[in-house]
Amino acid sequence: METGILTRIGYALVSLFVITNYGLLLIGSMARISAKVQGRVGQPVWQPYIDIVKSTAKRNSIGHGIMFYLGPVFRLAGGVGTYMFIPAVYGSVLFRNFSDSGDLLLVMYFIFFGQLGMALGASEGGHPYSAIGVSRGLSQMTAFEVPFALSVIAVAIQYRTLDITAIVAAQQGGFWNWTVATNPLAVVAALIAFLGMSMHNPFSIVIAPQEIPIGPPTEYQSNLLGMLQTNRAIFNGAKLVLYMNLYFGGATDIVTMVVKTFLIYFINVFVGQAFPRFRVDQSIRFFLGVPTLIGIASVIIAAI
Amino acid sequence: MSDKKGKPVPLANEGLPAGERGLFCDAPPREYAPAAKIVEDFWNWARSQSLWILGFGTGCGAIELRPLMTSRYDMYRFGIQPRPTPRQSSVFVIGGYASVKTLKRIVRSYEQMMGPKFVVALGSCTINGGMYWDSYNTIKRIDQYIPVDVYIAGCMPRPEALLAGFQELKRIIRAGKAEGQNEYARNFEWYKANQKRVIKDWNMPDYNW
Repeated sequence: METGILTRIGYALVSLFVITNYGLLLIGSMARISAKVQGRVGQPVWQPYIDIVKSTAKRNSIGHGIMFYLGPVFRLAGGVGTYMFIPAVYGSVLFRNFSDSGDLLLVMYFIFFGQLGMALGASEGGHPYSAIGVSRGLSQMTAFEVPFALSVIAVAIQYRTLDITAIVAAQQGGFWNWTVATNPLAVVAALIAFLGMSMHNPFSIVIAPQEIPIGPPTEYQSNLLGMLQTNRAIFNGAKLVLYMNLYFGGATDIVTMVVKTFLIYFINVFVGQAFPRFRVDQSIRFFLGVPTLIGIASVIIAAI
Repeated sequence: MSDKKGKPVPLANEGLPAGERGLFCDAPPREYAPAAKIVEDFWNWARSQSLWILGFGTGCGAIELRPLMTSRYDMYRFGIQPRPTPRQSSVFVIGGYASVKTLKRIVRSYEQMMGPKFVVALGSCTINGGMYWDSYNTIKRIDQYIPVDVYIAGCMPRPEALLAGFQELKRIIRAGKAEGQNEYARNFEWYKANQKRVIKDWNMPDYNW
């Protein structure tokens, strides 16, 4: 039975609400786990919520022009757009979002879209650090997009489709059908790109507070910052769900989804706690080196 | 200190060249009324649980801020974290003595912070000048130049004292008494007069947010 469009929008909003809260709790719990690794107590798990309420409750806010306001809006649209075209739970009516309306290329576009919008907005902030931060962010992003795109091409060749739901469907029936088992090289390339995408150590220099102060959002404050913080949770959740769908067999219920995405995100903590930060030029050279070669190899293997 | 009732003077921003006028605010700060009690109480709770420190070490006392981030003192568990830009931070920690040159930067940074903003003054030097009481280029009482919420006495106060000070700040915020932003706006001319009395080379806008 075909669901009405209003019902589907309602379902998508519920799904968005769930992924926002999940993303926030995930950021909070990972900060807590990192703190434990460093021998600290760490911030409460719900700290991201308090930070967002605090930012929204600021009494005044300043603007630097229309594009400055649109920057976070674009960023949020990028996050929500990425999530809306990925099925969060395979076979679920509630969590399938609008995955039948868009494919992998659209999702990849949305991943880049937010950053571009942010670049326009942050540059209008007029602060030199924003502009430098954005240029560094975009260069690093362009670099990690290469192995990620190669890995996506390998997956598309392997399953002969760009439809995410079809890719998940092809991986059903046990671990040996997952991409991680059938094309491990593509997964390795994609996971290395994932480290860059989630901006954790060793690729955290773009938004590192000790560097060019906090990078692109230098001038963003109050409710605009609240929007960026909310988007971070949504975007994290969307990326994790995308990775789970493409490489780890998707999920048929919400518990599997939570377990798998938590474990994928945990890779960041493992790597981030063990390696120091790369400079931008180092990280670009890194991404264009071995990970790109692994990506090319995965495409060749998928093609022959 | 008696010129609180002086009539409004035009902001010195008017002297700026036309090309730079757009870069700075040309209106004095205004007071913001708190929201309804129950909402404001909730917001104050959130503000007290998420204190973002402006990472600007203004004096030797800033050295005591660093240990707070380490595993031994771990300020993150109280919801306190450093923030590199004044736009996003809510707490300004004056780290000890403030020279006149630094006061300029303190004033500019303070004005760029978004309200509600809180100031924690650290060490004896911020209270009465401390060991620099007769120095020609340091100021003696920081609260004549920007409103202060909490003083932490000592030379130097240890990180534990700082944590205790932050707990006190949280109590003040939750009680709704940390209205430094409004106080600054209400007594703007008095604060400006005091600032201009010590800062002789006033080559910046009167108010910049």
